[in-house]
Amino acid sequence: MTVLIPQSLHDALAAATANPDAQIIQGGTDLMVEVNFNHRKPTDVIALRRVDEIRNYVVTADKKNVVIGSGLPYREMEHGELAQLLPALAQAARTVGSPQIRAAGSIGGNLGTCSPAGDALPVLSALDAVINLQTATTSREISVHDFMVGVKRNARQPGELIVSATLPIINGWQGYAKVGVRNAMVISIASCCLVIDREKGSIGVALGSVGPTIIRCRETEQWLAMQIDLKNISIVAPNLLKEFGDRVAKESKPIDDHRSTAAYRRHAVATLSRRLLTRANTQ
Amino acid sequence: MSNATKTSIHRDVLGASALRPDGAAKVSGKFEFSSDLHAEHMLWGATLRSPHPFARIISIDLSAAYKIDGVEAIITAQDVPGKKTYGLISSDQPVFASEIVRYVGEPVAAVAADHPETCRRALAAIKVNYEVLTPITDAELAMLPSTTQIHPDGNLFRHQRIITGDQNLQGEIIVEATYEMGMQDQAFLGLEAALAIPDSGGAGVEMFVATQWLHEDQKQIAACLDLPLEKIRITLGGVGGAFGAREDISLQVHCALLALRTSRPIKMQYGREESFYGHVHRHPAKIWIRHHATRTGVIQRIESRMVFDGGAYASTSAAVLINGVTHIQGPYKCLNATVDGYAVRTNNPPCGAMRGFGVVQACYAHESQMDKLAVACGLSPVEIRLINAMVTGDKLITGQVVESVAPVERCIRETDAIEMPAPLARNANALEIVGGSGLTSLPHNIVRGVGWGVSIKNLMYSESFDDFATARCQLQNGVVNLKFATVEVGQGFVVLAPQIARSVLGVDEVIIDPVDTRIGSAGSTSASRQTWMSGGAVDGACRLVRQRLFEHVGTKHNIDPLRLVIEDTDVVDMLGDFRISVIEASTGVFIDETFEHHHRPTEELDENGQGNCHVAFAFVAHRAVVDVDVELGLVKVIQIATAQDVGRVLNPIAALGQIEGGIAQGLGLAVMEEIVLDNGKMRNPSFTDYLLPTALDAPQVIAVMIEEPEPQAPLGAKGIGEPPCISVTPAIAAAIRNATGRDLPRVPIRPQDICL
Ligand SMILES: Cc1cc2nc3c(=O)[nH]c(=O)nc-3n(C[C@H](O)[C@H](O)[C@H](O)COP(=O)(O)OP(=O)(O)OC[C@H]3O[C@@H](n4cnc5c(N)ncnc54)[C@H](O)[C@@H]3O)c2cc1C
Repeated sequence: MTVLIPQSLHDALAAATANPDAQIIQGGTDLMVEVNFNHRKPTDVIALRRVDEIRNYVVTADKKNVVIGSGLPYREMEHGELAQLLPALAQAARTVGSPQIRAAGSIGGNLGTCSPAGDALPVLSALDAVINLQTATTSREISVHDFMVGVKRNARQPGELIVSATLPIINGWQGYAKVGVRNAMVISIASCCLVIDREKGSIGVALGSVGPTIIRCRETEQWLAMQIDLKNISIVAPNLLKEFGDRVAKESKPIDDHRSTAAYRRHAVATLSRRLLTRANTQ
Repeated sequence: MSNATKTSIHRDVLGASALRPDGAAKVSGKFEFSSDLHAEHMLWGATLRSPHPFARIISIDLSAAYKIDGVEAIITAQDVPGKKTYGLISSDQPVFASEIVRYVGEPVAAVAADHPETCRRALAAIKVNYEVLTPITDAELAMLPSTTQIHPDGNLFRHQRIITGDQNLQGEIIVEATYEMGMQDQAFLGLEAALAIPDSGGAGVEMFVATQWLHEDQKQIAACLDLPLEKIRITLGGVGGAFGAREDISLQVHCALLALRTSRPIKMQYGREESFYGHVHRHPAKIWIRHHATRTGVIQRIESRMVFDGGAYASTSAAVLINGVTHIQGPYKCLNATVDGYAVRTNNPPCGAMRGFGVVQACYAHESQMDKLAVACGLSPVEIRLINAMVTGDKLITGQVVESVAPVERCIRETDAIEMPAPLARNANALEIVGGSGLTSLPHNIVRGVGWGVSIKNLMYSESFDDFATARCQLQNGVVNLKFATVEVGQGFVVLAPQIARSVLGVDEVIIDPVDTRIGSAGSTSASRQTWMSGGAVDGACRLVRQRLFEHVGTKHNIDPLRLVIEDTDVVDMLGDFRISVIEASTGVFIDETFEHHHRPTEELDENGQGNCHVAFAFVAHRAVVDVDVELGLVKVIQIATAQDVGRVLNPIAALGQIEGGIAQGLGLAVMEEIVLDNGKMRNPSFTDYLLPTALDAPQVIAVMIEEPEPQAPLGAKGIGEPPCISVTPAIAAAIRNATGRDLPRVPIRPQDICL
């Protein structure tokens, strides 16, 4: 087994391009679990811990977007400027595992694993994030919706590194909520991110753990935008709120498994989405 | 968490909050657990397990595995030289399955190789040809005469009924229900591990094992190896928790066999997933129960049918069942009973001992009933329990008279007197409310509920079993050496034993000699028994030494030894001025005494469930306050108030540790801990999906310790390990019912049980 520890993005890209089958490791909080379970037996590993360029974030010059390095640990998203610009991401980051996991885990890893329970992913989805993928010679931007293709499957090509995710700074409201069976350190059994863009008068609702991958509730979003003026969000009437949740639940595709039941998950996303919409109006 | 009472005792004698000698090492990662054991030239051992809950083994082909470089030995059933089976009560479990596998995870073969990875490859290369059979995973089905017998011993481990008093009495008030409990895991943190070092020529084996009972392991290993007892020498390896899961043999026989086969030291250790397959669990149970009472709430008669799913092998199922049926009345007076209990064999994972041992299941049922009864009689949960509270001298449904101190009423009243937590603040921090960092709930989504649970628990082993304990005390130059085979699993005997020696002998320096089989048995560290039993043995040995010391001092200084006492660290003449330090008094002498402590004999139950089968009892009350997000079905336990009948507090901080830990375990069973089974297969054998409470799930605990010394107990102290986890589960369930208005007849209570 070889382990490469490149010290720059340039070297990392060169290494990944030279050995497309090498296993990429960032925080290792997903990968090492798989290795421990013998689900994966890497022979060559490229460790990105020392690549400072991807352990950072920048606000673009036009102040319209934030570009988050794929290796930035969750801990850095919980507080400070980033949390102010992207409150839903901060909330999602706070729900990830324990302090140890948040000190190591990253968006790159969450995207790399692409589990429907990944907590950063509903936020990326609701905000229509754009993912930047690079090799030594190429660079492409791909919508997060196209990136996530199925249960633990994504559009990354061998040899590509996930370099960053670009998220818009919106004028409006955003929030994330997650149901688990204990009060901390738990895999979500249902989650929801809700974003209201006041300028555009649009809403984004994305669900986690209720389908093979993250689910965007496009029909419900369009329906709600026709019912109320999202540019001036006002109190949502109770019957509308109820229908909103029902429609969200209908767009989910949950299953029964050892963590929960499909019926509960449907109920949970309905409830979470209603609560988030209510919070959008009251906070 | 509440604070332990600070004591002003300046020496670490009985009553002081003496600190564990292994505490700092454990929290700083320096403690040597069994999994850290190492020997020169050792090989690694690993176990091949059945992937099927029920199947016939057609053939086992080892040839490909043997071809792997580094594989030194592979053993199967035919390599077991002695007894082919083992077990705590009835020896029905094969060391390796030979014809039939009866549960997923049953050992089929074991390998020894130069590296764990080589072991893994070798296991993958062993080809076992199975004829898969239809598993029987429902206990009711397994009991039917027409059902396939899973094992030559049959599908019924034990049936026990209790018939007493008027069998036809009908109460003015009748409440009945069926309650269910899922399968809980002990989930100790230190995984199973052992090191076996063979004697030259295969004459015997030296073992280091994380276990609960050295001598029982020794006995079972020796029988399977066909070696004399003394050829199996076992030293306790560092144990990281047990809770009952280390009472049965897991990897011990495999490890010893591989060592003898290869003539090399063998190290075996389980990972977390294998640990779930490798040890027994708490019995899932289904309990139908009907209470008859007067209109004023006085219990007159209990009827119950209890079915415990024991899984594929007997383990301690028969004893667990007896605990269940004999505790179904709870800590309440009751004269008439009709109880039927069954412990049944299925193709589920084997079940056996776990903290609370059968009483947990019974208590969940009887406490749920008490609340139903209270409603039917228009009484509060506290009133109904006070009306029926048992006292010393009451006769149990087994005919046994409760001779133990029985402060049930006091437990309830003192718990009731504990201040309630402040109401949930409208601006409460998100982490303090239901859902925690998931931000699911706001204060207005939350309803608070309060619930009660009270329990009775037997201490020590029952039904004529003489689970004695042995200890040796040596005194020389003011230093005491203690020797015993008492297993430390975290309960604190390592701190208690020196406290006893200091109190009895007035010494400060106490050394605990290695815990091994080079002394008589101490019995198991289970059944809340070691403080009483091994504590009694250490106390007895120290008293014998003290007597000899007084004789020595008396002779030397010409004083009647009967006038001598220990005062602090001195030997003092009660009737004169003579005073000499224990150090000085014991200089140049060597006193060595061994003592066996036996509890009073007990009897087996007769066919009607009558007999003095238990040694003693302890009681506790729990009041739970929970916050429930009723719409999402999420729960946070806010506070547990408890008053526990402890007899006497020997170490306040250690006692509180047991109480807080037990409460966390009972909380787990109430709201999250369950091995999910699907046709005999575990769906969640990992800590990712078998959820244990975290710090954010742990409630505030306010504990009152009721000290009414138990005359039977050598130190006046009752066992305190199990009671904290027993009635807290029904208390939490009751609080959730109180908040939601739901029936909730099953634990753990899942979100969908509350809100769908
Ligand atoms: C105890 C525990 C609790 C957890 N709790 C949560 C939780 O609550 N919520 C949650 O969402 N997750 C949780 N996780 C999972 C994990 O922490 C997250 O998915 C995290 O985002 C993974 O990031 P990482 O940097 O550690 O990824 P790694 O393990 O380093 O990588 C994960 C995958 O992504 C690939 N990868 C990583 N970076 C790149 C890159 N730059 N380019 C290409 N591929 C890449 C890797 O090759 C690998 O396949 C938990 C894990 C543990 C162990």
